[in-house]
Amino acid sequence: MSKPFDRRKFLKVSGMSLGVGALISVAPAMAGGGPSATLRRWFRRQNGEELTPFNLVQLSDAHVGFQGPPNPTGTKAFERAIDVVNGLDPQPDLILFTGDLTHEAEAPGEHAKRMQLFQTLTSRLKSKKVMYVPGEHDAALDNGVLYRQFFGETHYAFDHRGVHFIALDNVSSGKPAVGTEQIEWLKRDLARYPRTAPIIVFTHRPLFDLRPDWEWFTRDGDDVLNALAPYENVTILYGHIHRHDVHQTEHAMHYASRSLIFAFPDPMTAGDKKPVPFDKEKPFRNLGLQSLAEKKGRLDVDDVELTLREFGGTDGVQQILKSGESL
Amino acid sequence: MKRIFFTLLSVVILGTAQETQPRVVTISAKRFEFTPSQITLKRGEPVTLRVSAEDRDHGFYQKDLKLELDLSPDHVAEATITPEKTGRFVAICDHFCGSGHGNMKMIINVE
Ligand SMILES: [Cu+2]
Repeated sequence: MSKPFDRRKFLKVSGMSLGVGALISVAPAMAGGGPSATLRRWFRRQNGEELTPFNLVQLSDAHVGFQGPPNPTGTKAFERAIDVVNGLDPQPDLILFTGDLTHEAEAPGEHAKRMQLFQTLTSRLKSKKVMYVPGEHDAALDNGVLYRQFFGETHYAFDHRGVHFIALDNVSSGKPAVGTEQIEWLKRDLARYPRTAPIIVFTHRPLFDLRPDWEWFTRDGDDVLNALAPYENVTILYGHIHRHDVHQTEHAMHYASRSLIFAFPDPMTAGDKKPVPFDKEKPFRNLGLQSLAEKKGRLDVDDVELTLREFGGTDGVQQILKSGESL
Repeated sequence: MKRIFFTLLSVVILGTAQETQPRVVTISAKRFEFTPSQITLKRGEPVTLRVSAEDRDHGFYQKDLKLELDLSPDHVAEATITPEKTGRFVAICDHFCGSGHGNMKMIINVE
């Protein structure tokens, strides 16, 4: 049934420099005839929308409600990111938020307040098409009940400018897993698309084993990647690891966006999973977002680190602390 | 007659099991720690890890040792493994259990 993977096409992708995503094997041919013209017609027929240039932004891991030494400035980096996105020209036509929108709370009602605050902050975004997936801090303690009240379903799919987007939930069961039911749903969803369709999956945890002893993996990530394997143009965006990362598996490119609260160290060299200490001189150091654009037939993924020059130094940090307490 | 047959059968099964029964190590999990926090196993020696959860669901995961258990207070989960290489392995709780979840782990030494 499923066609064996075409290694020749894969090699074409792997020959590109890192940072170039997998939309590329379709897009260059878009101008010409052949299969791409068929695909373009197919998308127009199915969705009333053909493959057209797009730009989007990925935000991740704001942890609204988090308080602690790794970042005493609360939501300031998140708010800064919103300003950065609002300053983009052209505006992104889509914003993807890859989980841990909020930090969990034990007190009843407090988690809902944090979700409310998250929504108040994101309502400042000029670009109104914002799509979400949950992180474990949003949805793992109550299996996504509260999250659904605020943000809707935890997994879904949609088409945008000729790209098929798939939101996957690998947190709400409590375990780092997608689960059989969702994988069956994914297979049914994918079956409607031609092998050449450009696909962007967004999820919270890495779908490959990045650092299992730091819980940087998904138990059934291989099942997801196998379901996606027949498709030739797959990009996966995720968060959870609080740092930028680019990784290639046989069938897909994986990009992690920085966090908006604190960073984790390099998993290849660090022993323990401990947040990178807060730097008063550069309060938003290592924090940021990803900006993605289709440029000349390629998917460019830009890792953007936030800067906050106007708030640098001890005095600057005092300015952004609401309470003005010393660090 | 039937009953006698089953009794005989269970004696046989128990008897066989006892001869080859691996050493049992019990571990308990609660927010946000495993007790004991460290165990030592022998390379090449089969061992059964019997892991219970005291307060809520937890996970017990160690990739290299092929440990992947779902823990819940209403049953004791167990896995029998034969460690093939020596080293220090970090087993984690991989079922999100609250604020200290990210540091819920224990060490499995294999000598
Ligand atoms: Cu736990």
